[in-house]
Amino acid sequence: MATIAPQTDTQVVVHEEDNSVWSWITTVDHKRIGKMYLASAFLFFLFGGIEALLVRAQLAVPNSTLISAQTYNELFTMHATTMVFLAIMPLSAAFFNYLIPLQIGARDVVFPRVNAYGWWLFLFGALFIQLPFILNLMPGVFDGPVIPDGGWFGYSNQTSAKYSPGLSIDFWMLGLQIVGLASLVASFNFITTILNLRAPGMTLFRVPVFTWMGMVVNFLLAMSLPMITVGLLLLMFDRNYGTNFYTPANGGDPLLWQHLFWLFGHPEVYILILPAMGIVSEVLPTASKKPLFGAPFVIFSGILIGFIGFGVWSHHMFTVGLGPVADAAFSITTMIIAVPTAVKIFNWLATLWGGRIQFTTASLFAISFIGLFTIGGLSGVMHASPPVDLQHQDSYFVVAHFHYVLFGGAIFGLFSGFYFYWPKMYGVMLNETLGKISWGVMFLGMNLCFFPMHFLGAQGMPRRYYTYDAGLNWETWNLVATIGAFTLALGVGISAVNMVRGWLKQGEKAPADPWDAATLEWSLPTPVPHFNFQTVPTVHSDRPFWDEKHEGGPPVSQARINEDPHKHVEMPPPSYWPIVASCLTGLFFVCFMLGKGYGAFDYDAFMTQMYVQIPVAVALFAVILLWSREDATPH
Amino acid sequence: MSASAAEHHHGITTTDAESHHYAALGVDHLKLAFWIFLGSDCFFFGSLIGTYMSYRGKSLVGPYPLDVFDVNVTSISTFILLMSSFTMVLAVLGAKTGKRMMTMTFLLVTAALGASFVGFQVYEFNHFFHEGLTLQGNLFGSSFYTLTGFHGTHVAIGVLWLLIETFWYGRGWIRGDEGLAVEIAGLYWHFVDIVWIVIFTIVYLLEYTT
Repeated sequence: MATIAPQTDTQVVVHEEDNSVWSWITTVDHKRIGKMYLASAFLFFLFGGIEALLVRAQLAVPNSTLISAQTYNELFTMHATTMVFLAIMPLSAAFFNYLIPLQIGARDVVFPRVNAYGWWLFLFGALFIQLPFILNLMPGVFDGPVIPDGGWFGYSNQTSAKYSPGLSIDFWMLGLQIVGLASLVASFNFITTILNLRAPGMTLFRVPVFTWMGMVVNFLLAMSLPMITVGLLLLMFDRNYGTNFYTPANGGDPLLWQHLFWLFGHPEVYILILPAMGIVSEVLPTASKKPLFGAPFVIFSGILIGFIGFGVWSHHMFTVGLGPVADAAFSITTMIIAVPTAVKIFNWLATLWGGRIQFTTASLFAISFIGLFTIGGLSGVMHASPPVDLQHQDSYFVVAHFHYVLFGGAIFGLFSGFYFYWPKMYGVMLNETLGKISWGVMFLGMNLCFFPMHFLGAQGMPRRYYTYDAGLNWETWNLVATIGAFTLALGVGISAVNMVRGWLKQGEKAPADPWDAATLEWSLPTPVPHFNFQTVPTVHSDRPFWDEKHEGGPPVSQARINEDPHKHVEMPPPSYWPIVASCLTGLFFVCFMLGKGYGAFDYDAFMTQMYVQIPVAVALFAVILLWSREDATPH
Repeated sequence: MSASAAEHHHGITTTDAESHHYAALGVDHLKLAFWIFLGSDCFFFGSLIGTYMSYRGKSLVGPYPLDVFDVNVTSISTFILLMSSFTMVLAVLGAKTGKRMMTMTFLLVTAALGASFVGFQVYEFNHFFHEGLTLQGNLFGSSFYTLTGFHGTHVAIGVLWLLIETFWYGRGWIRGDEGLAVEIAGLYWHFVDIVWIVIFTIVYLLEYTT
């Protein structure tokens, strides 16, 4: 077994990149867009975490008056909305952007300008959703609450003009439309990129597992987002123009919202977890120096989860009384979807089995992902049984369940990704000591915070209540959970410090292949040149770089295949149209705020909306035409 | 595997892969992305149609569908839209065979037929409104105007697209494969047509079954 250490740094001549602000605004480089997603989403993650801490501080003791009921509603709504749409999804998007082209041997995504458009549109929508926190500082200007307070699920008819007349729901509803459109546009781009820009020889089953999970997730986005788009449009029509979709008084059915929401909302669960599963599937084989055990099974089970994910939405609705036939059907599909998920877990365990495991921070996060996600999965499959679900619905047991899946699962997977890919992205190693301390504190805090919630839920403590009475035997575990939450925050803070240090290039300079990994992204020099692959490699296996290094396989690294370090590679030029178009697209949605009829049709408000919205639409149309006239052929 | 064989894996060489037109799946990038968009749009219309179906016959007050529908008028507009699919095929055929006059003529005819379909819809909405069917009045009004309105918007965007396409085609502004550009516009047009067939059947024809 010959080991060749490729000297990747010497075989590509990289010119100094323009690092001005304007170059970042007009960039179409997937790596820069990925980094911008990562930075913004991590800030939103911290922000959502602070909201959670306030919630836990309120619940630490019974009859607490730290925050009001209204503020509590706003906090749990914005915590979930931020974490789901502005933290986990864009953190996954950061890895998709950065890694997918590198893993498949491409020089960028297939439509780089559309990719930039999606990113700026996401940022516009994300800031729009958070804007109410600033508006809230101006008391007396707006009638009623401005911070969204209807829950991330926004159940009807809580969100109706009658019960939520203020701007709070409008910010939430229109902001979600904007970030949803951003994800939708990105999904078409990523699917096409993965299918079409694979390097020669990279058949579908040689595509790395992370990119595979990226493809499944982007198919889920493309198919599920239109359904919440319709749900939100109908809500907007009800609130602004006085339609009857969710108004029981006129025959409408609030359940329609629940169906449309969960038809999106359940695939969304897999949109959140599959990218983390993809990361873990890259980290564990690298850490244990073995191929991923049964990689095709991991891929196929990911696809199967994607398919079945569309057929389980009503298990969120067992308590509404859909009848025994529907309950039985959705109970069965929910039990079935646990099978491919379990397949993955056994594959990861078998990957570790007998391996020479390197306990890096990345692998610690990945290994604990397996355990924590399994706990969340087991409490999840309990809810496949309607009688059990009827007991648990709206109790803290459910909160425990999905935090094990989303924090112990998605966030631990993403943190594993931070530590694993940071050297490639930023050129420095994150501090391993700080990393391991952070992991330990997070692991402890996570279990202290969320495990007691199982007990609280089983003892009947309901979700979303801003306080509780003394003497219900809930005091101890609530206090423990709050201590756990602050411990968890400390752990996250240590990692945040570590990442800021890494971002400021304080730390050991990263080699091109620090973990001795198997896939193409590690065969590139660090920092990765603008064009990624000066010479596009031809791939012969699912572990091309490993085979080159250890099995005497054909070379794929630039050090071995690139004959001319000065070879000219044409890349698409920067463009300012994406940011202009995304701002106008965002404004188009914001204009709907002007047409508020408060549950009836208001002619004057509608005309005001039109006077502003039509010029915005015309400008957007003109910008799209100019954009498409721009010569984007690489030069 | 030897290095020389590797260079020609599946007949694709590294040089091919470095071209900007390289597509591993063999389908043009834009066309593939557009198919995925159409798949996504199916779910958009699926949700709207599902909403219409779940509220069908649930209106508490009139006017009800048969109070306002005139199936003869809508059949004419449906026929016009179906014919526009035929002329679209001819436009794509022209573009693929390089017959510029044929392409431009049929692109314009398709746009004109599409515009007259939208005209029929404007007439129909106006007529229904004066019969008392409003967006706010009952569930039928809410779900009918929303569903057919979003479809009409799709057609109107398609008309705009066809007009711009004709202009650009005439000026030689289309980069790359002109036939493909017209074909992708055609994909959209046929999709919008097919959606109308479903809507016409479910919203209109179903009311006349006993």
